[in-house]
Amino acid sequence: MNAPEAKPDLDSLPIKAEAKQLNFYYGAKQALKQIDLPIYDNKVTALIGPSGCGKSTFLRCFNRMHDLYPGNRYEGEIRLYPDDVNLLASAVDPIEVRMRLSMVFQKPNPFPKSIFENVAYGLRVRGLKNRTELEDRVEQALRDAALFGEVQDRLQDLASNLSGGQQQRLCIARALASEPELLLFDEPTSALDPIATGSIEELIHALRDKVTILIVTHNMQQAARVSDFTAYMYLGELIEFGWTDDVFFRPKQKQTEDYITGRFG
Amino acid sequence: MPKQRSTRDLSLIRRLIRSGKRNETLFIATGLAALALAVLTFLALFIDMLIDGSPRLTAEFFSNYASRKAEKAGILAAWVGTFTVMLVTAAVAVPLGVMSGIYLEEYAPKNRFTDLIEININNLAGVPSIVYGLLALGMFVHTFGMGASVATAGLTLALLILPVVIVATRESIRAIPGSIREAAYALGATRWQTVQHHVLPYSMPGILTGVIIGLSRAIGETAPIVIIGAVTFIAFLPGSPVQSAPPFISFDWLSAPFTAMPIQIFNWTSRPDAAFQANASAAALVLVAMTVVMNGLAIWLRYRLRRNIKW
Ligand SMILES: Nc1ncnc2c1ncn2[C@@H]1O[C@H](COP(=O)(O)OP(=O)(O)OP(=O)(O)O)[C@@H](O)[C@H]1O
Ligand SMILES: [Mg+2]
Repeated sequence: MNAPEAKPDLDSLPIKAEAKQLNFYYGAKQALKQIDLPIYDNKVTALIGPSGCGKSTFLRCFNRMHDLYPGNRYEGEIRLYPDDVNLLASAVDPIEVRMRLSMVFQKPNPFPKSIFENVAYGLRVRGLKNRTELEDRVEQALRDAALFGEVQDRLQDLASNLSGGQQQRLCIARALASEPELLLFDEPTSALDPIATGSIEELIHALRDKVTILIVTHNMQQAARVSDFTAYMYLGELIEFGWTDDVFFRPKQKQTEDYITGRFG
Repeated sequence: MPKQRSTRDLSLIRRLIRSGKRNETLFIATGLAALALAVLTFLALFIDMLIDGSPRLTAEFFSNYASRKAEKAGILAAWVGTFTVMLVTAAVAVPLGVMSGIYLEEYAPKNRFTDLIEININNLAGVPSIVYGLLALGMFVHTFGMGASVATAGLTLALLILPVVIVATRESIRAIPGSIREAAYALGATRWQTVQHHVLPYSMPGILTGVIIGLSRAIGETAPIVIIGAVTFIAFLPGSPVQSAPPFISFDWLSAPFTAMPIQIFNWTSRPDAAFQANASAAALVLVAMTVVMNGLAIWLRYRLRRNIKW
């Protein structure tokens, strides 16, 4: 729990992004209902809730992943600050949105290319060609993802030769390289063993100073360990949101309490 | 601790296992017999061909034109014809097939129209090759006036293997996990960048395999090129594609009449003289060797390229 003893007033904290009256539909099926949620700047916000409650669906609204598949529909807004643009507006190109945000997926999904090329890809897509600059930024991203030491003398090796935990940190480096304004994690450790999980959690904790993070997790302890804020979702609705220690120790809703204490039925 | 007696009836379980094993032995024996039948038949044919044909496999056999005298006859025109026709076939079928496959998988909306196209393509792969010959005779030979040329034959066989290439392309694209595609999009790649940097390279092994399987089907096709009017006796080669005088490149070879290996073989087998039968066997050996080399190439390429692609 990272919240300091005296928690600052929420109104005084800068907001990086904000969902407003967000509805989402897979075809006719409504998966998100009237979600209002602020994402505070340079903080880690954890999304928890039972399987199928819409955590991934919500996360994937931010970088418009749903645009890739037919029949999906958004209603409402996700505002990104400071320029106060609605990421979901049809006038906003989803590619522009994805250039500003990065995502790390549940299962490590490195490209079947070299370690270097994996991290460099986002930069190449952004038109960076200069070799030395690419090398510098790849190295910096690998350092930020706490992976550089392990791979520095085999950057040209295939990414698939790395261990699962290393692959996931590679994916984090790949996401960091383009200096995203908001970093989205969808259960980044659910495919990893406890040790790899621990190193990713440390990493997320450390990254908080650099970037705003929104993380979906199934693991209650993980949410408690890494996040400043926690949002509890149930059946597509946001039930409770607040400082992580408040949500965990002083939940306002009975439902949240039941879920957190494992009495969820 | 006192030993506990098993409450299970172990003798029944053992009896069941024994009878299961008996069935397994029976199946292995039947399977081996079936396999032996297939392999032995092929071996017998191949050895027969080898005995008849191998004495004819001399250097002259490859550098002589067909002749009225069996011992002077060779397959020069036939193998050059087959080679040039295959070149045209590949040059046409590969880009068309790969682009169609990519379009259908990555771009086309999924609706009734694309479903219809999909069904059609799958059916086209099963259309008898002679039908393609008839189509080509009407379209390329008569309507477009291209005659019985290398280009006509190449285009006909390209049509024939187009569905194979499209289906292979689509299948290898579909084998790419969605998570890899999403990784590219999430980094801000456009659809075309995703295709160009990821989809196409990762599906290349499968596409190449499909292409070569298609070509090795086309190389032995006889019916469609008989229909479009391949000549059976020819004593000159298509013009050279490179020339010493400007513009240095010539496409005259495309409009040249041609013959091909299967036609040559067919022609020789239909002669009564036993010496020509030996020629036919020798030419068939060469054709089989061409196919084996192509399939070997496919396997090697697939192995080489797939080594780097692990999900
Ligand atoms: N492509 C889709 N089409 C239709 N319904 C979908 C689709 N994807 C998800 N859903 C439904 O939307 C709801 C929310 O799914 P989502 O994947 O967001 O849940 P989740 O909270 O991430 O669950 P988990 O913790 O298991 O990952 C579920 O009821 C799910 O069945
Ligand atoms: Mg999920």
